[in-house]
Amino acid sequence: MNKLVLIAGGSTLVYAGLALLMGVFPGIMLSDTPPGPGVKPLTPLEAEGRDVYVANGCSYCHTQQVRPLAQDKVFGRPSAPGDFSYQTPELLGSERTGPDLSNIGARQPSAVWQYIHLYNPRAVVPDSIMPSFDWMFDVVDKAPAGVSPVPLPKAYAPAHGVVVPKHEAQALLAYLMSLKQAPLPASEMASGTAKPAGAQAPAASAPAANGKDANAPAGAQASAKGQQLFSANCSACHQETGEGLPGAFPALKGNAAVNDANPSTHMHVVLFGLEGATVGGVKYESAMPEFGSTLSDADIADIINYERSSWGNHGKPVTAQDVAAERAKGK
Amino acid sequence: MPQMATAHSSNPVKQDDRALAQIFAAYTISAAAWLLFATFVGILLAYKFGAPEFGSGAWLTFGRLRPIHTNATFYGWASIALVGLAYYVAVRSCRTPLYSTRLAWAGLLLFNVAALAGTIALDLGYSAGDLEYREWPWQIRLIFLAALLVTAWNLVGTVARRSTDDIYLSNWYTMGGVLWTCIIAVVAILPWYQYGLGQVSVSGFYMHNAVGMWFTPLALGMFYYALPRLLNRPIYSYALGVFAFWTNLVFYPIIGSHHFLFSPLPWWLQTTAIVFSVAMLVPVLGGTANFLLTMRGRFGQMRDSYPLAFIFVGVIGYLVGSSQGTVEAFRSLQAVWHLTNFTVGHSHLTMYGFVTFAIWGGTYALLPAATNKYPSQVGLALHFWMALVGSFIYVISLSIGGTIQGLDWVHGLPFIQSVIDMQPFYVWRGVGGLLMFLSHFVFAWNVWQMTYGSSARPAPKLAHIAEDAA
Repeated sequence: MNKLVLIAGGSTLVYAGLALLMGVFPGIMLSDTPPGPGVKPLTPLEAEGRDVYVANGCSYCHTQQVRPLAQDKVFGRPSAPGDFSYQTPELLGSERTGPDLSNIGARQPSAVWQYIHLYNPRAVVPDSIMPSFDWMFDVVDKAPAGVSPVPLPKAYAPAHGVVVPKHEAQALLAYLMSLKQAPLPASEMASGTAKPAGAQAPAASAPAANGKDANAPAGAQASAKGQQLFSANCSACHQETGEGLPGAFPALKGNAAVNDANPSTHMHVVLFGLEGATVGGVKYESAMPEFGSTLSDADIADIINYERSSWGNHGKPVTAQDVAAERAKGK
Repeated sequence: MPQMATAHSSNPVKQDDRALAQIFAAYTISAAAWLLFATFVGILLAYKFGAPEFGSGAWLTFGRLRPIHTNATFYGWASIALVGLAYYVAVRSCRTPLYSTRLAWAGLLLFNVAALAGTIALDLGYSAGDLEYREWPWQIRLIFLAALLVTAWNLVGTVARRSTDDIYLSNWYTMGGVLWTCIIAVVAILPWYQYGLGQVSVSGFYMHNAVGMWFTPLALGMFYYALPRLLNRPIYSYALGVFAFWTNLVFYPIIGSHHFLFSPLPWWLQTTAIVFSVAMLVPVLGGTANFLLTMRGRFGQMRDSYPLAFIFVGVIGYLVGSSQGTVEAFRSLQAVWHLTNFTVGHSHLTMYGFVTFAIWGGTYALLPAATNKYPSQVGLALHFWMALVGSFIYVISLSIGGTIQGLDWVHGLPFIQSVIDMQPFYVWRGVGGLLMFLSHFVFAWNVWQMTYGSSARPAPKLAHIAEDAA
């Protein structure tokens, strides 16, 4: 009997101690992490949307943790401990089959885009392998008052009627829009709370970062870089063809601002975003996000030059200095 | 099992044997059914990577099926199969009847109720969150905890009534595994220290311990019994086995946070996890060396004995999968591999190449000894080679694809490029997965042969097992 007590009891006691030390105690300590500055609790609708997100396992493909690594900068600033105070159950995720969503509310603030994308992701991202969540939408003859139908491209729209979001889609959208990283105070960034290794906020580092590219031999390299940046940042709405989606996102191909000899408007829109735009006589509901805080002047110049020289456009090229000047003018 | 016993059931020893054989067989059959279900869902998931519109609607959406696949594998297949094996090993190595057959049946019922209820809940959208391997609502996890408690009671009770003086090493691992997992289950359920970042640290602890303090000790315990039995020679070093037991116990619980490297978890917690991930090489190399040295000079016997071949693959899977885990924990490599499909390859290398092959080896080695019914050599060969080739294709394609995916990100390509670059590897994963899935039908057929089948005489090449059968 003594042997049994030693082996079964002894090992279990050791294990219980380790479980306290590595599971429970860190849990107790970290559960008390105070919310970071600007981190707010969810509204009831956002919380409902979070439940929809959990029930349908969104986090098996989408992380909500931005690592302090260069490759994660596209998703926002590195996640900080204070970001998770109102996030239970935790949704950090372990796989990134799709992009990180920590800051999706800022990176893609267009409700129209989000609805089209949820209804059928391939309508806006042709190579996407995300499932369609069309069961969160109704097809009706006529949208009820106050609800805008989702402006789907013809190929993806139902043959009859219009598509409107159900309540769960509206809640999910509200939750996605709530995923906006609160800016970290500079002192906190420096003190290392958010950890070492390139843990600067993109906002602080971006404008300075790309001096190298600005000096690199222009031409082909800049144009390849511009195309890549366009794919990563712009094509979700404006599409690789530059044609946009009729009724949802304006075309850049043949766009007046893009072909304007004076590039000021073009630069301004990319730097500071745009809301309630009328392009070519059509009014667009969805907002364009600002890229001034996530992209450097050189990056924005590359994107603008790519847009101004593609799809038959003939706009005058700009330099990083032009963008810097426009940025200095402010919104 | 109507035909399992011989006619002379008046003998109490024979009655005990018959009851044990029935329990062992029932656990194996139940587990095999869960394996078929879980891998069917897996195939469906693999297919969706190439055909995202396939199986539209809430009940078949990817994010609901994904935890159904993993939980059914964990708590339906591997848990039930390993507990069945642990009972058999405990009874035989302690030379005593099972403490309680009724508890064993109750446990089987509870395991199945939990797995079934968990599956249904997840499909209806009742999920506790993306908390890897503990997505079931807590009420259902309580049922699983009840199954564990029943099993722990029964196993410890059996060992307490042993007729041997010593407690054979296998039982250290199996009793330990069940008792420790009771603690893990409780830690996972209690809510008071699981808010926000606190829950992240508990997730790191849980997701690794649920694998390494549950499946690993039960599978290793079975190795320590089945290998000597198949080879008719004692384990190479009993002391080394004891050493691996204690080092595994102390090192493993500390490494969970390596699943959250570069996350906002405290840096010291992550670094501790990395250090002990390296320390894990000690029990892993110790255990592996012990098994391989037990087999020394007799590797050729695998040509005749598929059970031995299954166990050999399981041992190599343990070595390669665990060492890979150590390497993956380094920050420099994790910066590339973390969040990619490389991780999915790793989890299949360990849960399939190690745990699942170990279960098959143990089942083929021991179930015929209990029931005196044998699978056909063709069935064993088909199962072995399809599963082996399938898992190779699976793991290699995801490891290469995951590396490319990670490098795409490092090189700052648009995210969608990593999705496009994965496509061929998703196809190969599906091919490997399909082979694995088909092999499970052969396994189910073999289980049928070993339980309800008519082949009461051993295949000639397995004669040495029959001699051993008590």
